[in-house]
Amino acid sequence: MPPLTDLLFYVFAGLTLACGLLCVVNPFSRNPVTSAMFLVLTIVSMAGLFILLHAFFLAAVQILVYAGAVMVLFLFVIMLLDLREEERRRIRTFSLGTGALIVVVVAGLLVRVLSGAVPVRPTGLGVEGHTKILGRILFEQYVLPFEVLSLLLLVAMVGVILLSKKDMK
Amino acid sequence: MTPGLNHYLVVSGLLFSLGLLGVLGRRNLLIIYMGLELMLNAGNLALVSFSRFNENLNGQVMVFFTITVAAAEVAVGLALIVALYRKRQTAHVEDLTTLKF
Repeated sequence: MPPLTDLLFYVFAGLTLACGLLCVVNPFSRNPVTSAMFLVLTIVSMAGLFILLHAFFLAAVQILVYAGAVMVLFLFVIMLLDLREEERRRIRTFSLGTGALIVVVVAGLLVRVLSGAVPVRPTGLGVEGHTKILGRILFEQYVLPFEVLSLLLLVAMVGVILLSKKDMK
Repeated sequence: MTPGLNHYLVVSGLLFSLGLLGVLGRRNLLIIYMGLELMLNAGNLALVSFSRFNENLNGQVMVFFTITVAAAEVAVGLALIVALYRKRQTAHVEDLTTLKF
């Protein structure tokens, strides 16, 4: 009988991949809202994987920022644009086949290379990503990148406001 | 079998391929954007698992930065899509051929 955490890894990994697949190719619906909902599920199960990796702070940030803010933004834009026409389009088989071939090659390459990966120092203990430790690293070692990041957010905010103005003079 | 570094990395690689499939295979700009998000998340998962198994927390700080940059990127990208829709009434890549050679 394997321990519960090992079992949970397979549950969360399977959920992540299944919901990711249903997000990009859903055979039942081509509605963007369905894709967005499956993306939310993917992100939440990935937060479960983060918890299994003892990255508790990042799991919380993942749910808050991605499943909260980013997905609300996505749903807002989807409903604002009212995209209904995609269901009528025909699927171009040649480009889809080429894309699928490329994806299969890339996936095979990645799986073949990554399945042999081993840690540099396999002590088996690992680190814990608590908020306190991460905050210490963030505000001692990475203060300058942190401040640059806040500037980036400001630039993005100004850019978005400028882009969504009605009349760009 | 206890999941090690390679198990997490394989999940991350497969997730990256799914995102690539979304970017290459779909024709809706919003779903292409969701594929991009999946690819970014796959990178995050790889960084976190490297950080855990190599006992170095710098990887997790990197993921924190990546998440913030991704949020800014999504905001700008969606604003671009909305501006495009306002001008051309479409969010379908086959209708956007002005720059095509």
